[in-house]
Amino acid sequence: MAEDAPLLRTDVLVIGAGGAGLYAAIEAARRGAEVLLLDRSLIGRGGATVMAQMTVAAALGSETEDDWTHHLRDTLAAGRGLCDPALARLLCEEGAEVIREMDGWKTGWARHADGRIRQVQAPGHDRPRCVYVDFLSTGPAVSRALRTQAQRQGRIRRVGEMLVTDLVVSDGRVQGAVALDLAHGTPLRIAAGATVVATGGLTRLYRRNSASSNMAGDGYALALRAGAALIDMEFVQFFPIGHLAPRMIGMDPIMWDPFRYKLGGRLLNGAMEEFTDRYGTPEGGRYVVTRDLATYAITKEVAAGRGSPSGGAWLSFEHVPEAVLRENFGPVIDRLAANGIDLTRTPVEVAPIAHYHMGGIRVDARMGTGLPGLLAAGEAVGGANGANRLSGNAITEALAFGRVAGREAAALAAQDGIAWDEAAARAPLALAGATGPAGPNPAALFRALQDAMADDVGPFRTAAGLARAAARLDALVARLGEAPPGASMPYDLARADWFDLRAGLQVAQAVVIAATARTESRGAHQREDHPGLDPAWTRNQTLSLRDGRLRLDSQPVAEAA
Amino acid sequence: MSVATLSIHRGIAGEAPRRDRFDVPFEPGQSVLDGLRRVRETVDPSLAVRYACLSANACKECMMLVDGKVGYACTVRLEAREMRLDPLPNKPLLRDLVTAIAPPDERPPKQVPAPDA
Repeated sequence: MAEDAPLLRTDVLVIGAGGAGLYAAIEAARRGAEVLLLDRSLIGRGGATVMAQMTVAAALGSETEDDWTHHLRDTLAAGRGLCDPALARLLCEEGAEVIREMDGWKTGWARHADGRIRQVQAPGHDRPRCVYVDFLSTGPAVSRALRTQAQRQGRIRRVGEMLVTDLVVSDGRVQGAVALDLAHGTPLRIAAGATVVATGGLTRLYRRNSASSNMAGDGYALALRAGAALIDMEFVQFFPIGHLAPRMIGMDPIMWDPFRYKLGGRLLNGAMEEFTDRYGTPEGGRYVVTRDLATYAITKEVAAGRGSPSGGAWLSFEHVPEAVLRENFGPVIDRLAANGIDLTRTPVEVAPIAHYHMGGIRVDARMGTGLPGLLAAGEAVGGANGANRLSGNAITEALAFGRVAGREAAALAAQDGIAWDEAAARAPLALAGATGPAGPNPAALFRALQDAMADDVGPFRTAAGLARAAARLDALVARLGEAPPGASMPYDLARADWFDLRAGLQVAQAVVIAATARTESRGAHQREDHPGLDPAWTRNQTLSLRDGRLRLDSQPVAEAA
Repeated sequence: MSVATLSIHRGIAGEAPRRDRFDVPFEPGQSVLDGLRRVRETVDPSLAVRYACLSANACKECMMLVDGKVGYACTVRLEAREMRLDPLPNKPLLRDLVTAIAPPDERPPKQVPAPDA
C-alpha cells in the first residue's frame, strides 16, 4: 500500500538534472546541505542542456572588450520590453562568473592557439560573446563537467528514473514531493527543507520540437498546482532554421545553428532568392537576424507560396569548399554523408521548430517563488528573456540561476529544517500508485495535444485559432480520466505519459489563455489579427490556479533595481 | 505501401520472455526509434523503451540489440523487413527493451512492496 512507500529525507530536493539542477545541487552541497538530485531520465543525460549544440553567451571579453552591461543591453533589446530587469541582470552578471567556473571544471571551451577562449558573434549580440565546445558538443561537455563535480561532492545523492508527480504542500509551505520510481513502478515520498524545480521547458507540447521527451512542462504544472504563479506563458520561442528535409537520423534538428555561426550560409526561398529583407531584416549571407524575426520571415514566405518543397526555406552552403566544411565540422560532415547529404552539392530545407520557453515560474532575484519552501531555476523560470530570448542565453541562464537557487535553497533548509505532513501527501501518493481504467492510449492523446498546439498556437496566432485550440484541449482533458491507466509495472511509459498529459494539458491551456488575452504582436507572440507592437501591452501576464481554475492577471513590467 | 516489422522481446525480469510483432508503415529516412514511438502511439502504449532526446543521439539512452548487434535505436535505420529487437543482454532487465544502465549509485533505491503486493 501507499503507506509502505519509502520516505527519503533531504535538506534540499532538486528536481531535474540538467544544467540548472546540477549547478543548484553542487552549490547547495558546497554550502553544507545534504542534497537529493532527481531526474526522470538518467542523471545528466535527459533534458535540454545535453542537447545544446553550440553557443553560450557570457561577457568574458576574450575576443574584444566586453562587459556584462553590454550583454544586458542586448538581452533587454531582444526581450522587446518585457524582461524582468533584475533577472536579466543576474543572467548576464553571474553568467560570466559561472562560465569561468565551468572553465575551471574542464568543460573544454574552444580556444585560440594562444590560449584565449574563442567567442563567436550570435544574432542579436553587439560583439563576439558566445563560447562553445567543438564539434557541436557544448551540451554533452557542459553536462559531463557538471556531473563530475556533482559526483565529487560527497553530499549529493543522485537518483535517476524518478518522475516527480506532485509537490507536497502543508499550510502553504512546500515540504517535498511524491515521485514515481519509473524503474520499479512504485511511489516514493520525499521530505525536503527546500525544493528546487529545475525541470526545463515545454517544447514537447509541439509536434515539431528540438526538445527531449522530458520537456513537457511538468515543472510548470507542479508549481501551479502547489500555488505558485507562472509568467509570460504566451512566449514560446521557435528556432527558425530547424532541419526539415531530407529526413536525417541521429542528428539534432537545430544543428544548422553552429554551421551558420561559423560559415554564414545563405537562407533562400523556394525561388532561391534571399528574402528576409522583405520583412525589414536583410541577411546578406550573414547570420544576423534574431530568432523571432527570422521565424516571422520564413513563415510569411511559406504562406505567400514561396516556400521550399517541404514547406520551409532553403539553407545553402554550396559556396563553401569541402576543405572548409571539414575544418569546421570534422566528423559531422561524415554523419551528414551517411544521411545522404553533401552540402557542397545541395541545400537543405529548414523551418521553424519549437525550441525554448521564455515563460515559466515567476521568481524573484533569489529564485524564490513566493511559496515558502519552493524555488525554481533555469528554463523552468520565466521573466529573464521577456518576449524573445537572445541566442546563447539558455545555458547561461541555467547555470547562473542554478547557482543562485542552490545557494538560497541551502540557506532556507538550514533555517527552516525538514517537516513532513503525511496527510498532505496522501492524495498525491494514492494517485502515483493508482490503478485506473484502461482508457484511451495516452501516447496517442499526447500526440493529439502536440497537433492542437502546432496547428493553432505556433508562432502565428489568431483569436479563432486560439479558440479552436482551447476546444481541442478541453476535449483532451475530458478524455484524460481521473487516474493513470492500469496497474503500475516496471518502466511503465503509459503511466508516465498519463502524468505528462495531466501536466501538459494544463500548461498548454495556460499558453492559450495568455496568448488569447495579448491582443498585440511582440517577439515570439505574433497575432495575425493584431499586427504590430502596442506600447499599452508593455505588461507581463501571470497565471495562477484558484479553485482549480487558471486565472489570468497582468502587471506592468518591473523597473530596473 | 511497404512495411517494417518489429519483432520485440516483451516481459519483465524472471518472466518467461515472449515476442510481439508489430507492423509499421515504412518511409525512407526513419530510425528504429521512430518505429518504436509509432508502435506506442498507434498500437501498444505499454511497450517499454528507454529514450530521452528524440533522435539527436545526445542522451545515449536508447541502446539495445538490433538483429543481435548493439546499437542506438535512434541511429539504426528502419528497414522494410523484419527487424529483431532485444534488450541489452549484459544488463539487468527492467521490462521489454529497457535495462538498468545507470551507474549503480544513481539507480532508484530497491523497493520491495509493489502497490498491489
